[in-house]
Amino acid sequence: MLKLHYNLEKISMGLVAAIIVAASIGGLVEIAPLFTLDETVELPGDLRPNTPLELAGREIYMREGCYACHSQMVRSLADELDRYGPYSLASESAYDHPMLWGSKRTGPDLARLGGKYSDDWHVAHLIDPRSVVPASIMPSYPWLTRPLDTALLPDALATLARLGVPYDKEMIAAAEADALAQSRPGTEAADGFQARYGARPAVQAFDGDPSRLTELDALIAYLQSLGTLTDAPYRALAEGAP
Amino acid sequence: MTATLTLPERRIGLFLSVLLALMGLFMAAAARHGVMSLHGFMALGLGLGLVFLIGGSLYDPAPPHRRPDRYYDAPTRFGLTLTLVWAIIGMGVGVWVAALLYWPEATPPWPATSFGRLRPVHTTGIIFGFGGNALIATSFHVLQRTSRARLADSISPWVVVLGYNLFCAWAVTGYLMGSTQSKEYAEAEWYADLWLVVIWVTYFTLYLRTLARRNEPHIYVANWYYLAFILVVAMLHIVNNLALPVRLTTAESFPVWSGVQDAMVQWWYGHNAVAFFLTAGFLGMLYYFLPVRSGRPIWSYRLSIVSFWGITFFYIWVGSHHLHYTALPYWAQTLGMTFSVMLLVPSWASAGNAIATLNGAWHKVRDDATLRFMFVAAVFYGLSTFEGSFLAIRPVNSLSHYTDWTVGHVHSGTLGWVAMIIFGAIYTLVPQLGGKRQMASPRAIEWHFWLAVTGTLIYVIAMWNAGITQGLMWRAYDRNGALSYSFVQSVQAMAPYYLLRTIGGALFLTGAVLCAWNCRATLRGAREGAADRPLVPQPAE
Repeated sequence: MLKLHYNLEKISMGLVAAIIVAASIGGLVEIAPLFTLDETVELPGDLRPNTPLELAGREIYMREGCYACHSQMVRSLADELDRYGPYSLASESAYDHPMLWGSKRTGPDLARLGGKYSDDWHVAHLIDPRSVVPASIMPSYPWLTRPLDTALLPDALATLARLGVPYDKEMIAAAEADALAQSRPGTEAADGFQARYGARPAVQAFDGDPSRLTELDALIAYLQSLGTLTDAPYRALAEGAP
Repeated sequence: MTATLTLPERRIGLFLSVLLALMGLFMAAAARHGVMSLHGFMALGLGLGLVFLIGGSLYDPAPPHRRPDRYYDAPTRFGLTLTLVWAIIGMGVGVWVAALLYWPEATPPWPATSFGRLRPVHTTGIIFGFGGNALIATSFHVLQRTSRARLADSISPWVVVLGYNLFCAWAVTGYLMGSTQSKEYAEAEWYADLWLVVIWVTYFTLYLRTLARRNEPHIYVANWYYLAFILVVAMLHIVNNLALPVRLTTAESFPVWSGVQDAMVQWWYGHNAVAFFLTAGFLGMLYYFLPVRSGRPIWSYRLSIVSFWGITFFYIWVGSHHLHYTALPYWAQTLGMTFSVMLLVPSWASAGNAIATLNGAWHKVRDDATLRFMFVAAVFYGLSTFEGSFLAIRPVNSLSHYTDWTVGHVHSGTLGWVAMIIFGAIYTLVPQLGGKRQMASPRAIEWHFWLAVTGTLIYVIAMWNAGITQGLMWRAYDRNGALSYSFVQSVQAMAPYYLLRTIGGALFLTGAVLCAWNCRATLRGAREGAADRPLVPQPAE
């Protein structure tokens, strides 16, 4: 063996080839099966993709680096189930490009955040966290009251559709209008939105002001959707699945 | 820079600079507004600056001496300067965001200075700016010395150093403006990622071409590590960053991976960024500068072979230990855990080999702060790889994951191991580059050493306590079977530790500033470069 290496280290391309082989095996064994084994991700029938407004909110969530302090992954541990809710399933993030599971909880996990607090609470909390949670160390985000830029949404949906997220042509074409409609309950546009996305996504004036579409609208729409895209985790927990 | 180039080389440089400026102009014009346009202007500015720099000195006198018999150290010197600039940026931002966690009201009301945007500036500034520049700069030095040959050409090292720093600058300015892929340690957007691929191919080609000119039959072990660093980082970078841009004229893109596959690819990348960026490359540095400074040969050749292949093979498997108890299939988690524990063997083989090399030179460790930096680096390398294997064990991870223990672990590696070996290498290299016998102020090295060690220990111990406290509070139940603490109570409990870590970080930063000052004082007015020469056949009389 030593003799073999003694000769190998005289040939630079030999070293290069050996490094590539040695460093490829682990990745191939661990990653490739995740794409081929069906049981890795079982898509539940009721899983819906994010609406355009939620997607815009997700981009803001990423832009502000929320993922650096908040995870979106409830582990299958008793205290996490008691604190946050049912443990996360792989299918829940099947449409998430990229996933936002996170790696650090400077603040709490957000996987089950949707519906836990009112829209008003979120507005107050994002503008000034310490007004509702005095001991919070989260920064304030006063600039989120600015208007939401929706210009990229149709292309964003189209790109995601190419990657396999089930957005149809109609959804892509109406993306900008739908973003606006989701924050204006009781309008004709809101009916059109619900015709495309069903009755499950909330249609609300998320920031409390239906006359303006703001970044707050988008971010709160996204936060309120967390954990509500499918009921599968609740069913899995009730059935006592592994 | 230009004084070391011949006229034809200056012409090539001029041509490439014009090309860079045109690329920047094209990017800025195509994107019209937003991040990508600003990045276009940055490339345009760099290109134009280089055009003026090279054009202005095009017909200056050519370098005086015959060149194949001199090592080419100008890119190393420039790279080390950038290393120190990034050190101060990265560590400065780190200390600032650490302070914000203790004192969140101090956050200025502008988007660009928010914690979430500054945090990747800290990580990218340190890993890629500080660490990457140090790796590139020292690799040029080590490659030439261990091959006893000059770099294969004089243009591509500049392409690598300047191009790489353009990538870093694009990345951090992008985060400040809210442009991010949100993949940890790979936040830069798609065009920056593509640019880095071009730079990396140039780097790899330069490395192989120089190795091909070597005057030593064997490729020295430091180069195996640098090669593994270059190759595997390329592989990780390309696969993890595969993305579809929303439009070719915007920075926004979507990764092709989603959900659980994305998580696995991300942590395969994430942990191997630790392995091949923050470990392999720096082991290359250790394997060269430790023997050079201590005047002792590497203790065991066999051990270095075993540990090199062990690290290259085992590390790639361990990424999934970041995903214990998550929706990643159980078998993949178990594989990650198993290989993480096995990884301790090659890791400790390396650390042990380094420490055993110092046998017979312990009096130098006592007297020479530079060598002591390297010794402490090897010790912290051993400690943090042990901690890493320990934290990867599933039940341990159930407590430590998501807490500040992970942050403490990372910093015992980056402050204790990576930064210490960089400073050791810098203090060895800079006097040589300046043609001096020693650094301008040996006392400042001593001060730096103790500031760095004290800062690291305060930081790491504070974060151990913080993480274990968090983990225990989150899982504590009271007598009635209810959770004992609300989440925000665990946040409140962190305050003293966050203050301590800020102090530890500030001490470490102070040391780095001392180092930068000391290097500047040493290099100021230096004319003669390194005294050693490559092996060149001499013509017969």
